[in-house]
Amino acid sequence: MRTLKILLEKEFRQIFRNPAILRLIFIMPIVQLLILPLAADYEVKNINIAVVDQDRSSYSRKLTDKIAASSYFNLVTYTNSYTEAIQEVEKDKADVVLQIPPAFEKDLIKEDKAKLFMALNAINGVKANLGGVYLRSIISDFNGEVRLEWVQLPRFNPQPMIKISSINWFNPLLNYQFFMVPGILVILVTMVGSFLAALNIVKEKEIGTIEQINVTPIRKHQFILGKLIPFWILGLIVLSIGMLLARIFYGIIPEGSLLTIYIFAVVYLLSVLGLGLLISTYTDTQQQAMLISFFLIMVFILLGGLYTSIDSMPQWAQVFTRFNPVTYFIDVMRMVVLKGSSLYDIRYHLLIVTAFGIFLNVWAVISYKKRN
Amino acid sequence: MKNGLAISVSDLTKRFGDFTAVDAITFDVKKGEIFGFLGANGAGKTTAMRMLCGLSLPTSGKAIVAGFDLYKESEKIKKSIGYMSQKFSLYEDLTIRENNRFYGGIYGLTDRQIKDKTSFMLEHLKLESQADTLVKALPLGWKQKLSFSVSMIHDPQIVFLDEPTGGVDPVTRREFWTMIYEAAHRGTTVFVTTHYMDEAEYCDRVSIMVDGKIEAMDKPAELSKQFNAKGMAEVFVQLARKAKRSDN
Repeated sequence: MRTLKILLEKEFRQIFRNPAILRLIFIMPIVQLLILPLAADYEVKNINIAVVDQDRSSYSRKLTDKIAASSYFNLVTYTNSYTEAIQEVEKDKADVVLQIPPAFEKDLIKEDKAKLFMALNAINGVKANLGGVYLRSIISDFNGEVRLEWVQLPRFNPQPMIKISSINWFNPLLNYQFFMVPGILVILVTMVGSFLAALNIVKEKEIGTIEQINVTPIRKHQFILGKLIPFWILGLIVLSIGMLLARIFYGIIPEGSLLTIYIFAVVYLLSVLGLGLLISTYTDTQQQAMLISFFLIMVFILLGGLYTSIDSMPQWAQVFTRFNPVTYFIDVMRMVVLKGSSLYDIRYHLLIVTAFGIFLNVWAVISYKKRN
Repeated sequence: MKNGLAISVSDLTKRFGDFTAVDAITFDVKKGEIFGFLGANGAGKTTAMRMLCGLSLPTSGKAIVAGFDLYKESEKIKKSIGYMSQKFSLYEDLTIRENNRFYGGIYGLTDRQIKDKTSFMLEHLKLESQADTLVKALPLGWKQKLSFSVSMIHDPQIVFLDEPTGGVDPVTRREFWTMIYEAAHRGTTVFVTTHYMDEAEYCDRVSIMVDGKIEAMDKPAELSKQFNAKGMAEVFVQLARKAKRSDN
């Protein structure tokens, strides 16, 4: 016990004497939480549209006005040449081209049907896709208005209509920040846990102090606990700072209990620290440790369901996500923060992450050798 | 430590793949002796010393250090030895006092003992005014003396010093050797490697390693006689010339 106390005393002294680590602990959460959620907003706005109006009728103008008035579109070009519109797309000034053919109004009135043509710049797939959907819905709205203008609707509509109304559970306004911020918190905690722990131990290797420790009668588990506990506490501090910032800047107050989040975080950090420890036993320089941690964290984040839905990944990638601790914490954070899930609801997550923790730490302890 | 031996080594060998770094060395070090462990760069001195300290597992051979078996009782050995490596290994971002507290603490010293040791050491090294200075701010000579004192904080029976005076000025070197003599006088066995042949003359006995083997071992004066040389420097040159390997 005393040995552990001495080790912890030394670690905390060094941490608090290292301005780089302190900055990392306080500035990283602020920057990540304030900037990333804005950047990772999937709502597509400001779609640039070029309208090719070859009809120049009152209906075509009405449709154009309706599009321009929508908050999703910016009308960048209004022309009667399709070629000109496509040039705008090539110059990357327009994302969507809507062509209103000649005789649009005439066909609409006489034939009771008219055609429109839509061309989408699919370099940015998400933008093109959503742009197409928005445009379709504006046009169908327009269609409804036109019909209403012509026909006095009978009391009983002869055409059966299905009207869909929907409600968004757990995030009624579909606020992306509610979805992203808990996930980004997970990334923060993961980075602090694995990077700092790995770098700290490898640094002792680099400066040679680990030799001096290995030549003392210190026990392996004492040394490892002495290294894990400080970063375990730092991880929880970063989580707390993050939760506080999320509340102040995004008004995110977890539906579920904070205790559930912390209980999970405590167990989760153990597995992340185990990973850091493991990296440190297989590397000799901080550079190596940094690159390996960076590589792993990158993969974990991309396959962790933060930015993209796991359900839409290919089967093999979905299998991989089950071995990724980050996936579980992101899931738990979203469940607890948005849905108010309880400890009972996340019991499987907890169990699996505990298993990761045990596995990684046991592996790390075995591969850490005082004598080689 | 029966029969007054601090270290007893026979046929100790370390191989890294095809390379035999230490090739069946055999020697004894008496209790309270200052034993100089000489050899050119790459001769295998550090590897041998690391094995004796329990940092590196021997490939074969036997060794008893401080009365304990090197294979089975390495953790007991660690309680009885001090080690000062070639690399400076105190924490530069801790003060002298904090370094003492850390190393004293992990050797199991009580707060009282650490305090007494620290004030004795500071007084002895005339570093009282620097007790709360970060170690990185100290000059190299002081750091080395400090390092030596810290490696002795738990009063070990044997202290292993790996090139303790490398890069240190002559005055500090002399002071350092005074410290070594004082330690030996208190009964500590000193096992020291060096490249300075004047320092070799200060040792009670020296061994000279060439290509992983011990080629000569005796009192410095005896060795000079044996090799018909004026001093240890000449003895060393005669032996080291035979070396086929070096680390550079």
